[in-house]
Amino acid sequence: MKVQFLFWEDCPSHPEAWQRLHDVMNELGIEAEVERIEVTTEEEAQRWGFRGSPTILVNGQDIDPQPDAPARLTCRLYFHEDGRPSPLPSRGMIARALEAARDRDPSYAEKGPQNA
Amino acid sequence: MLEIGQQAPDFALPGIDGQTHRLSDLLRDHRAVAVIFSCNHCPYVRAWEGRMIDLQREYAERGVALVAINPNDDVRYPDDSFEAMKQRAQEQGFNFRYLRDESQEVARAYGAERTPHVYLLDSSGVLRFRGAIDDNYEQPEAVQHTYLRDAIEAVLAGQTPPVETTPAVGCTIKWRE
Repeated sequence: MKVQFLFWEDCPSHPEAWQRLHDVMNELGIEAEVERIEVTTEEEAQRWGFRGSPTILVNGQDIDPQPDAPARLTCRLYFHEDGRPSPLPSRGMIARALEAARDRDPSYAEKGPQNA
Repeated sequence: MLEIGQQAPDFALPGIDGQTHRLSDLLRDHRAVAVIFSCNHCPYVRAWEGRMIDLQREYAERGVALVAINPNDDVRYPDDSFEAMKQRAQEQGFNFRYLRDESQEVARAYGAERTPHVYLLDSSGVLRFRGAIDDNYEQPEAVQHTYLRDAIEAVLAGQTPPVETTPAVGCTIKWRE
């Protein structure tokens, strides 16, 4: 499983989001390494399709696709399951994306997380 | 940056209600004024917005005015345009003044860095509290320190706020290039 964590340093939510991502991975027993990618320019934001900090990609898929949001250097707006706006993705949002990727990966079921 | 005990710079800014709002007028008519540098697009603002509405509703009768000021560059962030501000206020039912700092001079004069960034002034226009609304943007039910509320209560009682400054937590102000 490929997990990428994109962030913009000016937005203060990324340390908490990074911790939340790892907490959820631990809870699910997912031991994939997380690639940490700092986005520093508008050009990089465009290139990554970066819709704000933090953005989490699992196997290249955004855990919360927001196709109508512009790619730019900004703090990212998430909406939690109860409709509440937040600068952070919810634990449930992260978990669903990771579980879906794990379920689609036959090597995970066969070999376990260490060898997948 | 405007420091505790200093006199806040006056301003006259257009509001989404079509009126020009002058700080000196607000101070004359209120016991305290909370100037909050704010905007439309920032998720931290969105997370705290409901609490801003609650505070204005709760303290209006006690002579407290909340004044949100949006200084963001609306060229790079068009969702912070004046028209978008009007729309946002209508959608969310803002009960506080929402002003546009197009030149960003007011934000610079106050030393504002983020949205939201709170400056609570007493009726003399002296800064009594600067910082965050409370200590948990994500979970209102888990807030332990209601910084702005506590500071308002202190100012209304003629006392020193228990906490006078906190770091501002939010998006950086989007300065013009």
